[in-house]
Amino acid sequence: MKRIISAALAATMFTSVAQAESVKIGFVTTLTTPAAVIGNQMENAVNLAVEHLGGKAGDLDIEVIFGDDGFAPETGKQATDKLVKQDDVDFVAGYIWSHVLLASRKSVLDAGKFLISANAGPSQMAGKLCDPNFFSTSWQNDQTPEAMGDVLNDAGVKSLYIMAPNYAAGKDMVAGVERTFEGEIVGRDLTKWGADAQLDFSAELAKARASGADGIFVFYPGAAAGAFIKQYDQAGLAEELPLYSVFTVDAISLPRLQEAGFTAVLGSQTTQEWDPTLDNEANARFVADYKAQFGGYPSYYAAQAYDSIMLIASAVAKVGNTEDTDALRAALKESDFDSVRGEFTYGNNNIPIQNFYLREVVEDADGVWTTKVVKTVYENAQDNFAAECPME
Amino acid sequence: MDFALLVIQTLNGLQLGLLLFLVASGLTLVFGILDFVNLAHASLYLIGAFICATLTFALGNFLIAVVVALPLTGLIGWAVERFVARPLYERDHLDHVLATFGLILVFETLAHLIWGPEGIAVPLPEFLQGQIVLSETLIIPSYRFLIIGAGLAAAGGLFWMVNFTRLGMLIRAGASNRTMVSALGINIEMLFGLVFAIGATLAGLAGMLVAPITEANIGMGNSIIITAFVVIIVGGIGSMKGAFVAALLIGLIDTLGRSFLDDIFKIFMSPSAAENSAPAISAMLIYIIMAVVLALKPQGLFPPKVR
Amino acid sequence: MSRRNIITLVVMALLAVLPPVFYLTGNAFYLDLATRLTILAIAAVSLNLILGYGGLISFGHAAYLGIGAYAVGIPAHHWLYGGLESLGLATTSGYVQIPLAIGVAALFALVTGAICLRTKGVYFIMITMAFAQMMYYAIVSIEEYGGDDGLVIDSRSELPFIDLDDPLQLFGLAYVSLVVAMLIVRMIVNSRFGMVLRGAKGNNERVVMLGFNTYLFRLTAYVIAGAMAGYAGALLGNFTTFISPEMMDWGRSGELMFMVILGGTATLVGPVIGATLFIVLEEVLSSLTVYWHLPFGLLLLAVVLFGKGGIMGMLRADKEDSE
Repeated sequence: MKRIISAALAATMFTSVAQAESVKIGFVTTLTTPAAVIGNQMENAVNLAVEHLGGKAGDLDIEVIFGDDGFAPETGKQATDKLVKQDDVDFVAGYIWSHVLLASRKSVLDAGKFLISANAGPSQMAGKLCDPNFFSTSWQNDQTPEAMGDVLNDAGVKSLYIMAPNYAAGKDMVAGVERTFEGEIVGRDLTKWGADAQLDFSAELAKARASGADGIFVFYPGAAAGAFIKQYDQAGLAEELPLYSVFTVDAISLPRLQEAGFTAVLGSQTTQEWDPTLDNEANARFVADYKAQFGGYPSYYAAQAYDSIMLIASAVAKVGNTEDTDALRAALKESDFDSVRGEFTYGNNNIPIQNFYLREVVEDADGVWTTKVVKTVYENAQDNFAAECPME
Repeated sequence: MDFALLVIQTLNGLQLGLLLFLVASGLTLVFGILDFVNLAHASLYLIGAFICATLTFALGNFLIAVVVALPLTGLIGWAVERFVARPLYERDHLDHVLATFGLILVFETLAHLIWGPEGIAVPLPEFLQGQIVLSETLIIPSYRFLIIGAGLAAAGGLFWMVNFTRLGMLIRAGASNRTMVSALGINIEMLFGLVFAIGATLAGLAGMLVAPITEANIGMGNSIIITAFVVIIVGGIGSMKGAFVAALLIGLIDTLGRSFLDDIFKIFMSPSAAENSAPAISAMLIYIIMAVVLALKPQGLFPPKVR
Repeated sequence: MSRRNIITLVVMALLAVLPPVFYLTGNAFYLDLATRLTILAIAAVSLNLILGYGGLISFGHAAYLGIGAYAVGIPAHHWLYGGLESLGLATTSGYVQIPLAIGVAALFALVTGAICLRTKGVYFIMITMAFAQMMYYAIVSIEEYGGDDGLVIDSRSELPFIDLDDPLQLFGLAYVSLVVAMLIVRMIVNSRFGMVLRGAKGNNERVVMLGFNTYLFRLTAYVIAGAMAGYAGALLGNFTTFISPEMMDWGRSGELMFMVILGGTATLVGPVIGATLFIVLEEVLSSLTVYWHLPFGLLLLAVVLFGKGGIMGMLRADKEDSE
């Protein structure tokens, strides 16, 4: 029995011999559990980016290997280890979840590879744990809720109830909105997260109503978003407790909410660094082709995943090989590519310095629910943790 | 702690408890009568929810979909009994646990393959969308009342069936002495298949009822099966009354823990530590209760009389 | 030499030789895989002592792995970030961490075992699971150690003569530990103590009638198994350098059970074969498709429905046919 297995191992072993003239990108995302709904969008966007690049970064062929984090830090780290050690990739990109990224970072960085986050932006990695080989094509977690906090101040909201899942990013989101929101926080609930996340929020919503707050701020990414919004709607809270959310009302939850006819979500507002309506050439092409190929709007997860591949390709094309890591690092830092969010620069901690917009849920010309930009909340904003990062 | 909130949270706890009872009652039936440990019971909860969600869109009405989906789920339960459970009755519990653990993986992955990872949002008919206003501060979504009503009705029906029908008599007889029942000329295989199907239908009903709240999603089985096991262990395996009492107890404790524990913790810890630990401790409460009950009464609150 | 002994020696020899060969031929990942399976095999061997020989179906064995791993992670965390110096628990010394892992795991086994062993059958299965879940949520609730997010171990245990940062040495330690664990189990099973334990599995009343307090025998075995799994957990923490409550999830306990059953309960090398097959299958299937749980689940069903006594059982059946 053992011998058969070792033969099987030996057989797969030969496939991992690297080809000299290609750039290998490992992409870790969630492909199982309900959160795979996000991972699938990212996978689509990565494939679209490779297609738009004609499969090449300069003269080098692009090869992408996907890894599944199973929505759990431990599994995500294992997937990362495999990409680094067995597939010997040059870049590891992806990461939806902050706790998965925190668990995996050492595996990538200690091996001297580049780590590109296409979503997660835990405060630690923007601050004390920043690294010259770590780059982000998203944001630092706190920024989006900080923008929302300012929107709330402008809207005259005086008291707020907060709900978020109990994991690294959930805590960052809460910290972010509390940093800028000037009114009173009347209640806070952190709920169970992960593959067996809590999805019945009856007890929490009852508390929120009883708190008498002016509004409720939530962060429920992926599949949990639909469940939350439905219960919010069923509880009839839309009138007395307006919903302000980040990473919740998006191109992943909207199609299902529309299908189920939850009109309450139309007009709800959220902050983000990207929107399908942002007016630039790269974005127009990305959104149009994504819709044509996959039959629906891309989410910011997809946009950031698309950008992560474009960023890597721009650096590799400029340097012309994958061996010269110093040159690659410098090329990545320039962010010299057509990002779908428009131009951005990197701060000292390699987190984008970029705009944040207020978006509103609307019906598009074809009757499909999507978002549009209402106003720019921050221009060229840098995150608050950059100062804690020792890099110049 | 204000009174209206306590009432609302008690109703929420009751609703959760009744859902748990629907899952646990089938589990305890199968466990008590067939002596079969079915970890995959929650897969039927999951399958029931997905079938119902699909039918809601096909038939255009949630309530009709439930009526059609119930026998379908029962049929799947019957097939599980026929092809997986029946060959294993003579084996020990270890084999049951492993086989049904495998079955969970199969069902969940099939659901992922068939319906995709995103889950299905189930729309409700107009009259269930609103809220019932009891007083200015007592506002409850009408659908939650439907769940409570349906749960109580199913529980009542089950008690009636077990205690006052011929089928119930056979079930009770089968539970206490299997050989005797088959010696009396009763088709025990048929009876077992039927019991399994009833259990599946009840679990499916719970899944269907919860789908409009949390959506039908592929992770939903995982989150309820262990709690359902805790319910039947606390109640005493095979005891319908025990399952009912334990389900309500655990539903209430879980909900009230989630609502009030952080406020209680804030008395003696920092707010952020309290907010972080309260959900975990309230999740832990049900296991603590189970351990305490078993430490005092090793066969649960209502141990079956003959075993 | 009996056929079973030959199988044992062949399996152990292959496990000793193949991983370093993979490593030296530039396939570091396969050495990692072997280290993981060797460590899990220690836990499976310890579970087999109570499950296979003692008939005590514990559905909470992953808790001990978690306890052992946190016994490495928590002192390492305090060593880096401060705190607990007064207790001497801010350290990366293996002399502190490993006894801590074994000690806390044994203590947890003693306290929970004393309660669990009052119950029988399915109640036992479920109460062991309940205690593991309590441990799971206890860790989740402690924000200092990362809660649900887990804890990165920045520095591995420091031991004399051996550097755990070297993957080959780490594997060597795991392998030697596995052999020692197997020898301990063998010694226990063949002793008078083991006879009572096995006798109680077959017919508890009879052994009680003979004047043995089987409760105490079982509790002792339960504590030994817990301590061994705690040690395996300490190795696992050092191997993964990342620990999370996820390690104690009931699904993980189920996996350990599966390893024991798959290989063959109440055999010395069965759990090792089971762990190997499990890890290799998981690796091969998950690299083929994200839907790998489907073939995996079907296989699990097939093993239970059609295979009796696991791999070792099948190998023995062959022998009966051929002789």
